[in-house]
Amino acid sequence: MTGKTVIQVDHLRKVYGATVAVEDISFEIYAGEIFGMVGPNGAGKTTTTECIEGLRHPDGGAIQVFGMSPQKDAYPLRERIGVQLQTSALQDRLKVWEALDLFASFYANPVDAKQLLEQMGLTEKRNDRFAKISGGQKQRLFIALALINNPELVFLDELTTGLDPQARHAMWDMVRGIRDRGKTVFLTTHFMEEAERLCDRVAILDHGKIVALDTPQNLIRKLGSESRLIFSIDGKLDLQKLQRVEGVTRVEPENDEFVVSGHGERLVGDVVHAITTNGMRLRTLRTEQPTLEDVFLKLTGRKMRE
Amino acid sequence: MKGLWKLTFTEMKLFMREPAAAFFTLVFPLMVLLIFGSIYGNEPTPFFGGYGSVDVSVPAYTGMIIGSSGLIGLTIVMSMYRERGILRRLNATPVRPQIVLGANVIVSFLMTALGMALLIVVGKTVYGLRFAGNPLSIFAGFTLSSLSFFALGFVLAGLIPTARTAQVVGMMLFYPMLFLSGAAVPLEVLPEKVRQYTSVLPLTQVVKLLRGLWIGESWSQHWTEAGMLAAMLVIGVVVSAKTFRWE
Repeated sequence: MTGKTVIQVDHLRKVYGATVAVEDISFEIYAGEIFGMVGPNGAGKTTTTECIEGLRHPDGGAIQVFGMSPQKDAYPLRERIGVQLQTSALQDRLKVWEALDLFASFYANPVDAKQLLEQMGLTEKRNDRFAKISGGQKQRLFIALALINNPELVFLDELTTGLDPQARHAMWDMVRGIRDRGKTVFLTTHFMEEAERLCDRVAILDHGKIVALDTPQNLIRKLGSESRLIFSIDGKLDLQKLQRVEGVTRVEPENDEFVVSGHGERLVGDVVHAITTNGMRLRTLRTEQPTLEDVFLKLTGRKMRE
Repeated sequence: MKGLWKLTFTEMKLFMREPAAAFFTLVFPLMVLLIFGSIYGNEPTPFFGGYGSVDVSVPAYTGMIIGSSGLIGLTIVMSMYRERGILRRLNATPVRPQIVLGANVIVSFLMTALGMALLIVVGKTVYGLRFAGNPLSIFAGFTLSSLSFFALGFVLAGLIPTARTAQVVGMMLFYPMLFLSGAAVPLEVLPEKVRQYTSVLPLTQVVKLLRGLWIGESWSQHWTEAGMLAAMLVIGVVVSAKTFRWE
């Protein structure tokens, strides 16, 4: 799926006074992917994003977007990118449709605002003022504004922060929809689950540096952590049968349940197969897979939400 | 120029939806005119050089509108746009800073002019307002005064870090000046001592210039006022261009 390079960042560095926000960051983003930057608050995600968007001037390194410099070619570049900022606002008394109408006038080839409102589920809110719509609706409006110029590349900075889980899931579908329409998406988040579920590739940032960059699946696989199956059965457990299943390292009782730990992609399927074909009947079953959260913990020695 | 007209039109609508801004620019000066008009009428008097109270008040109140548009209206709008991140969002589009500033200047100018027009219409219909000047000359004086005060508003918005402080500073500059410059109270009623000190205030220049042009005096009689306003405009533009920040 590797498309042509859309963003190239080489040894980016950005300092605010005595604080090094971005120490040394290099990566590439390819056409048609959802690329995520995750890390705790203050890791340098937003600074990196805003340097790429051309809103900030790096103190070192080089950035190319579509082969252009975001700082020197700011205006032609802004025609081709869509930006949703982490912190921004519109005028309180500006109506939803007026915001789209206004932003459309800034670009050479805007898309149909009506259709965009429909896609973002804002048609009913089109006559409402910015101050009167909910947080989720504001985020959707900002996405609509980021898409009004039919951009090839869309930046979404902390898109789902402050949204309830339901709105967050709806937002993920929306982002996948953006990619499926052929655009490249660059997003930042401090939700590991979001990065894992949504991104084609993920860069994990900590203290202004990239500590890992790969697909979420590869990052988790490389971690080598165990998966766990936790289950209860009717009747007696044949421990030995389960211990012989490929990849299983341990089988332990825990309260009324049993916990099987092990490695490998086929672990869950094989263990369940072993249980059911040996005359045991599952009453409950859940699995615990390693997540990006575990990857972060392993790489930095800290939990994400600290 | 892309976006300028749409942005101007949008800002115009927003202005009309902002009750405070519309009140102080359009309604309040009219109220003051009607209140003092009903007290003093508009009979010619030697005290005002053969003109009536309303005749000298209309150009003076125009100065009041200019002062509040620049020092309060524009200052609040620009500093609030920056503080809330509205300018940040605009900066992420291809729109140029000059367009954003230009649109706000146009809206402030049109609204200030509308405020003046209302004063003239009401003054004329209710009190038989007299005018001995040249309309073009008055328009030129109005434009110079407005632009130099708008420049001052941009300077305040650019130099003062928070919207709240900018608003307070704008008001602290505006309100004392309103009463000392002759914009609210005729210069003639101020004691001679006070008038000496307040003759250097920016708003005093506006009031003197507009009142003079209103009764047909020439620009050459008011070159000090015009010169001070022009200097304020030039300095204001230079400083606000240097201090403009998107965030």
